Amino acid sequence: MTDLLDRRLIFVSGKGGVGKTTVAAALALLATQHGKRTLVCEVDPKGDLAASYECSPTGFTPREVQPGLWAMSMNTEESLREYLKLNLRIPVAGRIGPLARAFDFVATAAPGVKEILTVGKLCWEVREGHYDLVVADASATGHIVGQLSAPQGINELVQVGLVRQQTGWMLDILSDPALTGLCIVATPEEMPVSETIDLAGRVAKETTVDLASIIVNRVLPELFTTGEEEIFDRLCEPAVADQLEEMAGGPPGPILAAARLAVTMRRTRAGHLERLRAGIDPSVPLLYLPYLFARAHGLRALRQAAEALGAELGL
Amino acid sequence: MSPHPAPTASASLDQLLAAKEIVICCGSGGVGKTTTAAAAAAMAAVRHGGKVLVVTVDPARRLADALGLTGIGNTESQVPAAAFSAAGVKPRGQLWAAMLDTKQSWDDLVRAHGPDQATIDQILANPLYQNISGRFVQSHDYIAMERLYELHSEGSYDLIVVDTPPTRNAIDFLEAPQRMGDFFSSRLLRWLIAPYRSRLVNFASKPFYQVADRILGTQFLQDIAEFFILFQSMYDGFVERARSVSRLLQDRRTTFMVVSTLEASPLTEADFFIEALTERKLHLGAVILNRVLPDYLLDEGASVVAGTMEKSAGDLAARLGAKVGPPDQLERVLGEIASSFLNFQVVAQREAEQRAELSARPDVVATIPFFETDITDLSGLLRLAEHIWS
Repeated sequence: MTDLLDRRLIFVSGKGGVGKTTVAAALALLATQHGKRTLVCEVDPKGDLAASYECSPTGFTPREVQPGLWAMSMNTEESLREYLKLNLRIPVAGRIGPLARAFDFVATAAPGVKEILTVGKLCWEVREGHYDLVVADASATGHIVGQLSAPQGINELVQVGLVRQQTGWMLDILSDPALTGLCIVATPEEMPVSETIDLAGRVAKETTVDLASIIVNRVLPELFTTGEEEIFDRLCEPAVADQLEEMAGGPPGPILAAARLAVTMRRTRAGHLERLRAGIDPSVPLLYLPYLFARAHGLRALRQAAEALGAELGL
Repeated sequence: MSPHPAPTASASLDQLLAAKEIVICCGSGGVGKTTTAAAAAAMAAVRHGGKVLVVTVDPARRLADALGLTGIGNTESQVPAAAFSAAGVKPRGQLWAAMLDTKQSWDDLVRAHGPDQATIDQILANPLYQNISGRFVQSHDYIAMERLYELHSEGSYDLIVVDTPPTRNAIDFLEAPQRMGDFFSSRLLRWLIAPYRSRLVNFASKPFYQVADRILGTQFLQDIAEFFILFQSMYDGFVERARSVSRLLQDRRTTFMVVSTLEASPLTEADFFIEALTERKLHLGAVILNRVLPDYLLDEGASVVAGTMEKSAGDLAARLGAKVGPPDQLERVLGEIASSFLNFQVVAQREAEQRAELSARPDVVATIPFFETDITDLSGLLRLAEHIWS
């Protein structure tokens, strides 16, 4: 298997709310720490990427936000402009008036146009080789297949024309597991696990992109080892708890309750983890990221996540 | 004290379910929208009676099983009485549920508005139509609202609770009817398909076609044009419909329930959404904060105790004695639970701060505690609803 960070293009997807952007941002940071010039792109710009790096809002033009790390956000209209400028040598502003006005319409009407402009821009950056690695904080599980399969879709719909010519080399990049990989982020909860299993199946069936790994985020630490839970149960007995209260100088109730909560949460999640492992092709590695008890989201939390990812990748 | 104290959160939330005809649940992905919508509907059926329908997009498998929703599509089905008796309640009304099948809903829409069978068949067979109805993201937004309109105008339900589909942007579906209407009535559209109708490319638009042909290929443009020419036959019905859907969202019988967790990103989206509702003069009925960590994690006394336990775990273990456990293991347990408490406290404190900010809003804010286990049946849903509405 190609090492994850040795690929040139990594898509990061996952159900909403699982920490997709954090993982993509951490992956890019980790690559940078290992000497790779990295571009990270927020495909559905909500500003979460900028929040992760604690930098000012990202735009279509990549900007160096950390040494060796460039960040951008996707904008399909800008992508079209760039494409036209490069391929048709059409002067950009103003002159393409009708086309610019029609863009929204064409993009809306022609399925896959927005997707192809997104994937196309990312593939183009890979082909041009300005960066060692391009990380896409891609769309959520519902839309990623549409994005990844857009070049094929266009190939089927559009028989001739420049677009048709363009999809060939994109497919070459996307289909090569040495170059491109998809990471699905999940948390050990019911819906994220179900969606991850579904998505892995659809990606295999409907796209040519290699599933590089599943990244399990927010994994809770095991609180007790064998036999320790019995000890904990005895601690919770009223007489013992009273004794503890006296010794520790205050009621231990909340602490015991919190431990109980942590144990139950961990147990429920362990079941979902098993389901995930069983539902995914065994050759796909699962990487585990611990639940970060961080004060705030931002660079500090991001560095912790990158470190944990590095450890999981054996770096 | 004022003679008419402001209603408490739960009273007004209860009123909401009793007085409104449509409740739309929205928020960013992964915050528990579907579960909240189902819980609200179940609660309304139990307390207020009447026929209550919940329209969900993609419920968790076990929840769908529990509601008897597995395998059903667009058609509504009644949640069996057995599910309620298993939960130990006797509902005053009925609970119905339906899943949103985007493709099916689009097909129904075409059948309803198509001028004749031949056109209908042509549209349904058009590859572009199939793409748009199946994949096109905005079409999901629109069709959810369209389906809501359909169900509401049939008038067979007292209350309809809708779970909105995951959107790229939370407000997309609010604008979807407007945008669909604009889209089909746009001059641009007519201008674009005109030459394919008349086979006469007008002088002004010629450069556009040259460019478009080079990019997309003529055949593809013709496919697009054919699709829209066919769709134009449904123009009047469709635009009128989109306007009605828009009106329904603004109707005073409709209210919105914004669901969020206390994490940064969903909260930002919730804030954004609340503003969008206010701007559009839509009714914000409730803000529901899901998966809120228990208050005891904020206990200051406990953090002192945890500190002591962490520092002198060995000493405490020795003093508690072997009757509780072997000293080294007991020491580890005491240390672990203390540091676990302090870890969770960090998160709970961060969340409490964000909660305080939100409570400053005049809206109705309710919280749902963190449930340690998944909600897999009706009694779980009702338990969750109790937290919001009791």
